[in-house]
Amino acid sequence: MQRFILFLPVIIFLVLGFFLYRGLSVDPTKLPSALINRPFPMFTLPTVLNGDIKTERDLQGQVALVNVWATWCVSCKVEHAYLLKIQNTTKLPIYGINYKDNNAKAQRWLETYQNPFEFSLADQEGSLGIELGVYGAPETFIIDKNGRLQYRYAGVITEQIWQDELKPIIDKLKELD
Amino acid sequence: MKKNIFHFFILSVTFCWHSTIVVASIDGYVFSNGTLEKRYQTLNQLLRCPKCQNQTIADSNAPIAKDLRQQIYKMLESNYSNQQIIEFMVARYGEFVRYQPVLNKPTWLLWFGPIIFLFVAIFIISMLIKKSKRQTTVGFSADELKKLHDIENQL
Repeated sequence: MQRFILFLPVIIFLVLGFFLYRGLSVDPTKLPSALINRPFPMFTLPTVLNGDIKTERDLQGQVALVNVWATWCVSCKVEHAYLLKIQNTTKLPIYGINYKDNNAKAQRWLETYQNPFEFSLADQEGSLGIELGVYGAPETFIIDKNGRLQYRYAGVITEQIWQDELKPIIDKLKELD
Repeated sequence: MKKNIFHFFILSVTFCWHSTIVVASIDGYVFSNGTLEKRYQTLNQLLRCPKCQNQTIADSNAPIAKDLRQQIYKMLESNYSNQQIIEFMVARYGEFVRYQPVLNKPTWLLWFGPIIFLFVAIFIISMLIKKSKRQTTVGFSADELKKLHDIENQL
């Protein structure tokens, strides 16, 4: 007992140190999505470019990315270039959700910076955003061929994120087919 | 100096309290009855803003907080219960959206941790007190007293 009390400060230090050290590498903004493994929420929305009406069924059939973007989102511009690269190199279908945006501005954006998306849904009210638990842009979801949500990434997709985090999941989902 | 700090404390407490009240009514929704408005304020205090994590959606001016307040308004007007509205949010934004976490397996330590630590501290302190008491009451044995006496006599 006597010995144990002598070591108590060291033990307290180690426990505190462990939690504080972990705290350095944990990203508090990284939230698990509540929707993993759930079907994509139902929606009926027009596309940005020609106003065609699309539903959640139009996203099914293949493993795909669903990317939430907007013209007011500065970092989306950075990400846009990388989405084009993904689309060019992998032929993976990418669907856009144009989140709480002005449609004319969104059209201009797609014309100026090229269009990596199969189509972009015009979610002007942000109602699909709420259904998906979106709290900012950019955000990206991976869906499987049945249209189920398999992964959510909040933030800009970079080469590193793509190689380390997203591509392995997509490859795995494709293998399951 | 001490008085200044005290004033500062009082002022900051006043403003903290004040600000929640002002922000809470900023959207200006018109409710069909007064109880709905009260429930709206309560729900806003119960839900966390996913973007600005240490604020409730009542406290936050972030666009997402505004959208969630609007969603709550719509749901209240369509006769959803408080429970249903909170479940709607949790299903989309995760457990995290509850400003006060529910008591379950991953959160029990969060709830009971402080009490457990308090008991551990009381236990350790009482052990220490017991030990120090024992040391003070224990005097010299008869043998030791005799030895002490002998030394005194020799002096």
